[in-house]
Amino acid sequence: MPFMLRRLYRFITGHIDGILLCGILLLMFTGLLVLLSASNGSYVRVSGQLMNMLVALGVMWLFANIPPHYLMRLALPLFITGCALLVGVALFGDVVNGARRWLHVGVTRIQPSELMKIALPLMLAWYFNRNEASLKLRNYLIAALLLVIPVALIARQPDLGTALLITAGGCYVIFLAGLSWRVISTLFVAGLASLPFLWPALHDYQRQRILTLLDPSGDPLGTGYHTIQSTIAVGSGGLLGKGWMNGTQTHLDFIPERTTDFIFAVYAEEFGLLGNVVLLLLLLFVIGRAMVITANAPTLFARLLAGAITLTFFTYAFVNIGMVSGILPVVGVPLPLISYGGTSLVSICLGFGILMSINTHKKLVQT
Amino acid sequence: MSELSINPGIEIRDSERELDRFRRRLATLGFFVLTLFGLLFLRFFYLQVIQHSHYSTLAEANRISVLPIAPHRGIIVDRNGVMLAHNYSAYTLEITPSKLQSLEETIDGLSGIIEITPRDRRRFRKLLEESKSFESLPIRTRLSDEEIARFAVHRYRFPGVEAKARLFRQYPQGEMFSHVVGHIGRINKREVEQLEDDGRLANYRGSDYIGKTGVEQSYEKFLHGTTGVEEVEVDSGGRAVRTLSRTPPVSGNNLVLNLDAKLQEVAYNAFGDRRGALVAIDPATGGILAFVSKPGFDPNLFVDGIDPQSWSELNGSPDKPLLNRASAGTYPPGSTFKPFMALAALFYGKRTPQQVISDPGYFMFGGHRFRDSRPVPLGMVDMYRSIVMSSDVYYYMLASELGIDPLAQFMALFGFGSRTGIDISGEAAGILPSTDWKWRRYKQKWYAGETISVGIGQGYNSYTPLQLASATATVANNGVMFRPHIVNHVEDIRTREKTLIESQPLRELAIKPEHFKVVRDAMAGVNKEGTGARVFANAPYTSAGKTGTAQVIAIKQGEKYVESRVAEEHRDHSLFIVYAPADKPTIALAVIAENAGFGARAAAPVARQVLDYYLLGKLPAVTGGKR
Repeated sequence: MPFMLRRLYRFITGHIDGILLCGILLLMFTGLLVLLSASNGSYVRVSGQLMNMLVALGVMWLFANIPPHYLMRLALPLFITGCALLVGVALFGDVVNGARRWLHVGVTRIQPSELMKIALPLMLAWYFNRNEASLKLRNYLIAALLLVIPVALIARQPDLGTALLITAGGCYVIFLAGLSWRVISTLFVAGLASLPFLWPALHDYQRQRILTLLDPSGDPLGTGYHTIQSTIAVGSGGLLGKGWMNGTQTHLDFIPERTTDFIFAVYAEEFGLLGNVVLLLLLLFVIGRAMVITANAPTLFARLLAGAITLTFFTYAFVNIGMVSGILPVVGVPLPLISYGGTSLVSICLGFGILMSINTHKKLVQT
Repeated sequence: MSELSINPGIEIRDSERELDRFRRRLATLGFFVLTLFGLLFLRFFYLQVIQHSHYSTLAEANRISVLPIAPHRGIIVDRNGVMLAHNYSAYTLEITPSKLQSLEETIDGLSGIIEITPRDRRRFRKLLEESKSFESLPIRTRLSDEEIARFAVHRYRFPGVEAKARLFRQYPQGEMFSHVVGHIGRINKREVEQLEDDGRLANYRGSDYIGKTGVEQSYEKFLHGTTGVEEVEVDSGGRAVRTLSRTPPVSGNNLVLNLDAKLQEVAYNAFGDRRGALVAIDPATGGILAFVSKPGFDPNLFVDGIDPQSWSELNGSPDKPLLNRASAGTYPPGSTFKPFMALAALFYGKRTPQQVISDPGYFMFGGHRFRDSRPVPLGMVDMYRSIVMSSDVYYYMLASELGIDPLAQFMALFGFGSRTGIDISGEAAGILPSTDWKWRRYKQKWYAGETISVGIGQGYNSYTPLQLASATATVANNGVMFRPHIVNHVEDIRTREKTLIESQPLRELAIKPEHFKVVRDAMAGVNKEGTGARVFANAPYTSAGKTGTAQVIAIKQGEKYVESRVAEEHRDHSLFIVYAPADKPTIALAVIAENAGFGARAAAPVARQVLDYYLLGKLPAVTGGKR
């Protein structure tokens, strides 16, 4: 009997990274706490989110148990499917809120750009891994092309936020794969120089969001409203916060989207600077652990994939918090593990599952 | 790690180098992560520590809304408690223009579920021009329960439109009291400035209305009350979530008038179709018993802003319903001036009561022939007969002998030519002619010939019916003069404490009682055996009066005034002053009926009906007179 239990325990925890799981659970718990306040003490959302979390943890466990080389095989088909779906969206997609992002597939609708978030880093990691022995500038150019195709399709929808996030994910892979600093700095300068030419290519609402960031009071009831109210929430939180369930900005409905994209405003208002520091440290803890896993990954594919997952997680967190505290434009990015919503939770946990898999399948690769 | 490699030596080195480079790259990104998180920390520090008080204030400003609670306006009742102005609760549909996308579309949409007349639209447009766009303005008032229910169903379609339960001011007596009770209306910019100057603006936060005319205006301070304050927590939609603190408003005080609503009604109706004014005063107190200016207007039209069409109808009417004839209209007093002239003669010792003069039917002065209005000369006339039969010649001579300035000085004692100080605004001073006045007015000297017609209440003479009534009341009261006042007392609705208005006499005239007696006897004679005798025939009470006829246009010398040949608006005004009972007066009044001819014909019957009601409680059988 104890033997059976031990085997069961081994089966469940065998590919789980305890340290990473600890950080994830702490963030999830924080998320539930804030969500309870953000939904005015209603347990309906909280229990829904709890279900989402269980599903996400299940997905994480599942992916933790899939050896990385299986994923490697999935890379190319997944990427091609993703691109095909994006083209499908461009041709037959549903228009919601002025953007063509959804595609009808049988009974349900999917947002192929979500798939791309994982498919692209996977693809790039696979590509670099395949050409590991002799990485030339040509390879980087091809990688850039692989990056540009889906990004262009997504940007056209238009969904600039997702496009930028996927670009960031791709860039992390290319950077980690060792693109020379000279090329990087050249690209950086060229990018800066092309900014004035990109501006006219943006949609009105996108330009508006950027202008709003520079001066939120310019349109206080329109696009500036979110930023103004969330900044007030953060600022009025002060050193120690107004206390859990006591945020006036939150409970009097001044914070828009307060259970999803703007949930950080609720957190910052109620827990103050102290709470923010704790949250940053918690995120750093998770990112740090993920980086350790990345650094110790056995293959280039694993390293690049782990790095992309780690830094995408960081990017989401940074962009979301930056947006809520008014230093980045408003883009639809949830705060990972905290914001309400199943999709984001599952995709984040899926990433962590892969990280755990990479960390726990090293020995298997070695033997 | 390297076990899988075929050529361990090279691969290890290569792989080690690769791994090294990768880790450096990863470290760079780690540094990148730390830097950006550091940036976030700095941002938090800036927002939550350095700028904390600023954002705290903003959050509080978001959260707390200080709502004024308008007090209930005091009600106005007559001396018997008859309601003249009161408040009732009803719904209005109010629009806040700044919250709307398109005002026109919203109003069109609303008119689909609630009746909105073109008049409502015009009125709304006018309000819109006069106010700021973030104020909520009524598009419809006095909605029925059914309309409210219908709006409630469609409410979601109309953000920025609200149904509000509000207190409305209503004047149940309508046009009869329009000039004396007055009306309230929406506060305009000028009034805001005035309130600000007086330091009263804070008390008007939450008040949309202010007294505009009549006692509604002059007793505004008493009627308005003190605005309460409610601190409420509001959500982002501006809806109140809960009350944090509350200072209740203090209702305005009630006004109890000296007016007798029934008397006012009798007087108002007694004019029939005629234009005119009547002021009745209690001689013992100066309290105004009736204050009629006919035609009046419906004051209820003005409460929520009058629509332009109704306004131009009222403002453009030749009958001038907006003119308060009783205190802002001035008329030559005509022969009603004669009793005061007689008092002046006695005062200055120019005549004794018994002194007789000869009335040939005209008075010659400087080659000019001043005619008597009666066709048959009176012959020998003493003071009594001069008043009873209304001799012009007697007073032509008297005026000429007195001289304009002594005459003016004496008349000023009775308040002629100066505002009585009645407790409503807009009073006219009238004209008491004197050399000094003419010089100031025309930069011309006074001609002695001009004095003659002043003696019979013509010429430059021009007084308000109120002045005439007040002077008559002073005669009735043997020279003890009160400031006429409409409000009897102000009642504090919480403590029931009453504050009397003007209970003390203004002044006592230094005129001998026997002089008053002569004139009073003569005035009593007018109604017994003189020009007013027919109208007051069979009156069960005694009364003392004087008829008057005031020329509207000058008649050329040698021409005869024939009423039927003169356009109606140029016909003579009919006047009458009276007090009763003659020995112990309880009421004194002045009547003017515009363009109605001889005083005995139009004005005196009005006075008779008023006295009959006031003294006997008798209502006129048939109301109204003929033109």
